[in-house]
Amino acid sequence: MKKNIFKEFTKGLAKENPILIIMLGLCSVLAVSTDVANAIGMSLGFSFVLIISELLVSIFRKIIPNEVRIPIFLVFIAVPTTIVDLVMKAYFPPLSKSMGVFIPLIVVNCIVLGRVEAFAYKKGVLETLMDSLGMAIGYSWVIILLSIIREVLGKGTFLGLRVLPKAYLPMSILTFPPGGFFLIAVFIAILNGILNRRS
Amino acid sequence: MLSNLLKIIIAATIVDNMVFIRYIALCSYVGVTNSIDASIGMTFAVIFVQTIATAITWIVFHLFMQGLEFLQIIVFIFTIASLVQLVEIYLKKNVPSLYKAMGIYLPLITTNCMILAVTLINIDKNYSFIESLVYAFGASLGYGLALLILAGVRERLRLSNIPKFFRGYPIVFASMALIAIAFLGFKGLIK
Repeated sequence: MKKNIFKEFTKGLAKENPILIIMLGLCSVLAVSTDVANAIGMSLGFSFVLIISELLVSIFRKIIPNEVRIPIFLVFIAVPTTIVDLVMKAYFPPLSKSMGVFIPLIVVNCIVLGRVEAFAYKKGVLETLMDSLGMAIGYSWVIILLSIIREVLGKGTFLGLRVLPKAYLPMSILTFPPGGFFLIAVFIAILNGILNRRS
Repeated sequence: MLSNLLKIIIAATIVDNMVFIRYIALCSYVGVTNSIDASIGMTFAVIFVQTIATAITWIVFHLFMQGLEFLQIIVFIFTIASLVQLVEIYLKKNVPSLYKAMGIYLPLITTNCMILAVTLINIDKNYSFIESLVYAFGASLGYGLALLILAGVRERLRLSNIPKFFRGYPIVFASMALIAIAFLGFKGLIK
């Protein structure tokens, strides 16, 4: 029993990583990972929404009628998203501005709806908590690592501070969409390679 | 007036292409481009739902939501979800052939980030009713364009010899990167 619960947690980190393996929720990952600060803000907001909504659905799963479950899930997701959106607007206005439409878009982030539908609606509260924690961390490490590569190599800065010498010519293509797509391709290839070798 | 609308539609379709420049709607994008038929079905479904959803959310926001702006996200997503459900029921009953062509894509559309994103952007940019409709139409047209391009590329990829680790999704993203470079070329076309 204990081992099982631990497994729910670890599967989100690599084996069923929401971004690199299940390939969901890519929009926010690519759009926000041009800056490390944005990526951290996004992963915090996303984790909050994911954990709260999964827990809510898991708690109420017995009284949610099957036919109208999707609209109900959406409301459960939209409420924490609104909270995140308003908090960001109030306390971190520049961050909120640079992430723009992508905070409200957490509502339709396929990972959240996918986990709620595939996992939280069927499983107990404790397992759901572990699952959502694992998925949140799995999402966060990918987006933060991606943003570090893109900001350091693409702009020569880290969290806005210059880390590479002035003589370094930034590869600004990395901060543009093509660089983002290509980095994701490389990430998936590497993770697939590692998982293949292990099995 | 007309040139303004033309500007909006070109900007939405090509210059600010939803998929390649704004990174919106990637999940469904990667999933659907498996086949050209599916891409065509999805394109029409998106154009259809996007335009209706934009019209309804614009009216709802400007008529009923003065002072309630903080409810925007919840109201919009609820409107879109119920709209999609309604369209699905209507098509199933009255236009079975159309339902057969795009029915399976309709439930997916609720979670297509593009629908919600475009409605939010319209409010954000303070577009008038006509401008919002044109923007929505242009954006979904751009999405359809992107779908068809990648679907064609993937059809070719199936026959080519790909390095072992890049098989499957990685090569798709690498090709998307190349297409995105092409789309970057349109930058600055419209000021």
